[in-house]
Amino acid sequence: MIGDFYKKMFPKSIWLHQTNCGSCNGCDIEIIDVLTPYYDVERLGMKLVGTPRHADALVISGGVSRQVAPALRRLYEATPDPKIVIAVGACAVGGNIWFDTYSVLGGADKVVPVTVYIPGCPPRPEAIVYGAALALGLVPKKVQARYEQHLPPGFDLEEHLKAWEDVPIMTR
Amino acid sequence: MFKAKLKEAVICFGAGRVTLKYPFEPAFAPPKFRGKVEFDARKCIACGGCANVCPPRCIVIEDVGEVARITLHLDRCIQCARCKEVCPEDAIWTTEQFETATPDKADLKSEMIEWSSSCQRCGRCFEIDNAIDKFSSKRWRGRGPGEENKHGIFPTKPPLDFMPTGSLVRGKGDDS
Repeated sequence: MIGDFYKKMFPKSIWLHQTNCGSCNGCDIEIIDVLTPYYDVERLGMKLVGTPRHADALVISGGVSRQVAPALRRLYEATPDPKIVIAVGACAVGGNIWFDTYSVLGGADKVVPVTVYIPGCPPRPEAIVYGAALALGLVPKKVQARYEQHLPPGFDLEEHLKAWEDVPIMTR
Repeated sequence: MFKAKLKEAVICFGAGRVTLKYPFEPAFAPPKFRGKVEFDARKCIACGGCANVCPPRCIVIEDVGEVARITLHLDRCIQCARCKEVCPEDAIWTTEQFETATPDKADLKSEMIEWSSSCQRCGRCFEIDNAIDKFSSKRWRGRGPGEENKHGIFPTKPPLDFMPTGSLVRGKGDDS
């Protein structure tokens, strides 16, 4: 699905532009690690470029702070279409421990549409290579949401769901 | 001159290849690596210890009476494994799975709904009057004074009564 689409859109190498949107530099170090000869993401044709105008993909690290959000939006608009946006790290994916603070928006997807999420704090270099390969359609997706319900027979969950509506939502 | 060049060439041939073949060949994390968090809903007693210590609050427990809904927001999980440390029943642990990249954010949210009778170990369904007993069950989950009629959502209360709320509980206070 996503892989086939991006295979058609990006038949050759994709160039990355890496952006720090309030990261602690942990994810940035891992991204640089991916470009070293040991992991060598240039096998997949990926290369770091210094300007978004040359880039096919944006690599975002860090929970997007309020100050940097308009700049990230401009960066996204400066990247030529079609483009991939890769969110690296727990901050860029879900906001990490700053998901509900006033100065951090909590996730790159609040500002720009994200193609691939790579969670982890920081993610292993292999995980970043896996995410990049997932964006190119080289590997299948491996995670799945789980939903489990263990209730005794005859238990009426509907009433309890109604009761949940009164619960003050603190974090959701 | 020629000898030195030859020596260099021999060294170059001996160097071999260092680049990993991943993702075309599988790679494995080192042992004791903390990867994706997995849980066993059958073992969970909904004591709330994991939700209490989770730094990014990625484990959220909402309970009404005997039913608890436990949500894992793995998108903001930092894989610190503190939930695994405090779990009395070993119902939650970290695997060595690191390939968690996904195009859909909904894949990173797990949920379980479970029913449990009152538990004597964690003291969830009754308040402990004795302060010393309260201290021994630090992860005690309950409603604060004056909140008996309110549906509690965890964590709204500091672990101990005499602890100051402001320094311990980040974000919104009890009354929000």
